[in-house]
Amino acid sequence: MIAPTDIPSRTNPQETFVLNLGPQHPAAHGVLRIKMTMDGEYVTRAEPIPGYIHRMHEKMGENRTWTQFLPNTGRIDYLSALHYNHAFVGAVERAARIEVPPRAEYIRVITSELNRISSHLVWWSAYLLDLGGFTPLLYAFADREKILDLLEAITGSRLTYCYFRFGGLCNDIDDAFIQGTRAFVAQMRPRLKMYRDLVTDNIILRKRLEGIGPISAELCRKYGATGPVLRGAGIAYDVRKVEPYSVYSQLDFHIPVFPEGDSMARYRVRMAEMEQSLRIIEQALDKLPAGPVMGKVPRVLRLPAGDYCYAVEAARGRHMVRVVSDNKDIPYRVKLRTPSFSNLSLYEEASKGMMLPDALALLGSLDLVIPDIDR
Amino acid sequence: MSFLTAEPVRLLLALVCIMAFVGLNAAYLVLAERKGAGRFQRRPGPNEAGYGGWLQPVADVAKLLSKQLIVPPGTDTILFRLAPLMVISPAMMCLAVIPFSQTLVARNINVGLLMVFSFGSINVMAIMLSGWASRNKYAIISAARVVSQNVAYEIPMLLVVITLLMVTGTMDLNEIVRQQAGWFWHWNLFKVWVNPLMPVTFVIFFICMLAETNRAPFDMAEAESELVAGVFTEYAGMGFGVFFMAEYANIVLGCSLGTVLFLGGWQSPFGLWPGVVWFLLKLYALIFTVIWVRWTFPRTQFYNLLNLSWKILIPISLFTLLLSSAMIKLF
Amino acid sequence: MIPSLEQLAERFSRLVVTNAVPSRSPLPVTTGSAPPVAVATPAAAAAGQTAAPTAPPCPVQTVDYPLKGYHLDVSISPRQVVLAAEILDQNGFALDTITGVDWIAQNEMEVVYDYFHPLSVLRVVIRTRIRRDNPEIPTISPVFPGANWHERETHDFFGIRFSGHPDLTPLLLPEDADYHPLRKDFTA
Repeated sequence: MIAPTDIPSRTNPQETFVLNLGPQHPAAHGVLRIKMTMDGEYVTRAEPIPGYIHRMHEKMGENRTWTQFLPNTGRIDYLSALHYNHAFVGAVERAARIEVPPRAEYIRVITSELNRISSHLVWWSAYLLDLGGFTPLLYAFADREKILDLLEAITGSRLTYCYFRFGGLCNDIDDAFIQGTRAFVAQMRPRLKMYRDLVTDNIILRKRLEGIGPISAELCRKYGATGPVLRGAGIAYDVRKVEPYSVYSQLDFHIPVFPEGDSMARYRVRMAEMEQSLRIIEQALDKLPAGPVMGKVPRVLRLPAGDYCYAVEAARGRHMVRVVSDNKDIPYRVKLRTPSFSNLSLYEEASKGMMLPDALALLGSLDLVIPDIDR
Repeated sequence: MSFLTAEPVRLLLALVCIMAFVGLNAAYLVLAERKGAGRFQRRPGPNEAGYGGWLQPVADVAKLLSKQLIVPPGTDTILFRLAPLMVISPAMMCLAVIPFSQTLVARNINVGLLMVFSFGSINVMAIMLSGWASRNKYAIISAARVVSQNVAYEIPMLLVVITLLMVTGTMDLNEIVRQQAGWFWHWNLFKVWVNPLMPVTFVIFFICMLAETNRAPFDMAEAESELVAGVFTEYAGMGFGVFFMAEYANIVLGCSLGTVLFLGGWQSPFGLWPGVVWFLLKLYALIFTVIWVRWTFPRTQFYNLLNLSWKILIPISLFTLLLSSAMIKLF
Repeated sequence: MIPSLEQLAERFSRLVVTNAVPSRSPLPVTTGSAPPVAVATPAAAAAGQTAAPTAPPCPVQTVDYPLKGYHLDVSISPRQVVLAAEILDQNGFALDTITGVDWIAQNEMEVVYDYFHPLSVLRVVIRTRIRRDNPEIPTISPVFPGANWHERETHDFFGIRFSGHPDLTPLLLPEDADYHPLRKDFTA
């Protein structure tokens, strides 16, 4: 078999050409531009050029109060807004030493995991679209629709949620949500099995992904790649286990790890994560305590001076918020460490010498959300 | 009346009919494809224009016709305009020798099969020309892919057809169909006593046909998530529309060839109904399979595609060829 | 290899002793434990660093994780960031992020390096301060190639020059941007 790296790449500029992939390209999933130096169909250098939807969220953070910045967090990675809510809320709670009632923590976990499933479903469908399979998109979106309906009922929005508050949540969940979530969990399990049988085990897909775009654990470490990319390289790093936040330490789940490091490993990690998320949701629903969903929070929030970090496991990996306070009601500095940014930064090294379709299969397997890179 | 039965006039009329057939097929196969895709994806598909979406092709064609034909600066204008014509005309020419029924054939010549294959290979050159003339990097990559893909798949296809020719002993398509008269086990597909690998040759033929017509999962030419629209990237309006028509014309041609060669053409398996009904039934069953495959599988990787041809299909088809000749010699 | 917090703290104490940081602690509030023992070693001295007296507020602090979100807070001089990165690299750390903070009142820029360990819970923060009017600091991208983009981004936002960086063209800002929006004196 001709492996994509068998043919040595030429570097003579006379024999190569530049292919500007994007900012508008079907595989860019937004406005990512990749400047590819090609030797025929082989990529000799792929340089991502982000920044086309840079919105300077970090500057916005310095111009508004702690509370006012909260809606921004849902708009960074629009597919896993609740995780980003969680990171910012968590950083502020950590700084202000706000106690969060246990019921609120459990609901945060339930909604976050629902959000993770919906995010992975979008990735799955979009990735198969990249690989030329159109049909899974419609199936995944039908499932995702149920999650969006559930979350819409309690959060009020369908995509860019702003549900968490400092000290708890803005709304309690009702019985309809609990019933609906249980029903969703029950019907999602056979669906995941169906996806495995119909898509994951398909020979064309497996040939397309297995051994393609290998990323070693060492490469991940050097570039700070996290999330399914790192777990697909055999490292069981998951912030939910390593730095347990919220009530994750009280729930029983395991971290799917695949050691191959290729696109298929990253694919399988995400598919297995959805099953784990279902388990987490089920347990959290069983353990859900009664009580308030909002703790005691001062009317005007002034954080003690200092800097505080809070990391969560977002759908794409480690998301960390670093807030610096100078004892005012406005943040002095908000740093958002987003997983897609680090995950994309290794693309140039990982894609060397690949064929164009493989390079795009690798790009898709990183699960990029462009606003998450550009912020 | 003698004027109408004169051979040139009859041929002209037949060609007009074929053009109409191709045009209608293209329009309504697009609808069928979209409706089918809708069913595979648990959605209704187009259902707004006309009753149940039946006027959708009319709307599509009207839209395509009303669009400006853009010839981007820097392109090779003549080749750029010529390419769509060169894609569609061979497909139409080939249909002239396909026997839709015993008598319903535009021109029955005794080397019909040869003609189909010789015209069929113009398609590659036309697509390559359009990619070259577009002066678009995506188009050129796509054109290069199409050439190596079609060359690779032409070989097993021809080997399979030669295997079949050894069995039939003629290149006259109508004669090939006549030989398959009787019950359905008389079709070439099931003639295992002539060559036990006959069903395998049909599968190879079908795979090659998918690859030759650039259909998913072998749609390297269009590969919309990699190459935007491949060779069609720079084409607008009816220029693109003609390529689109040619794609469906080629599917119709490929499936009719499959029907004629393997499925008994217009022969009825039970003796009911006229031949043309059976021909169309078999034809559309094959076309449905093509659509089905497209909406089920993801796209293959390019080197996997070539590996499939050179390392699997060609050896198998060579083996069937040898087996056929050996069996003919022995029995 | 998973280093213990104590080992790391000890290693960084040795580093900072060989070349003390400016006396100002980056942030007034600390909830750290007792300062670790500072021992100057011949190996560190041989690294070409000039010895200087230890700074009064301890530059290496072990931090209470639930209160701050990290375990070890190290303040070093700008010259030592590469050395610190190498130490962390040898101990299996991964680069989390690099960012700046503009302390305009003190006329200083703070550069903060966050590290996490892929196999353990350990989180280390390395911080250093440079002059605001001529912010320049060595790049750590040879040690951590992932730092390339983080440093470019920090250069975009703060105008901090990373000497030795292969390409400091704007990453997220437009390619002709000559402004640095996260500086506190930036006006749109």
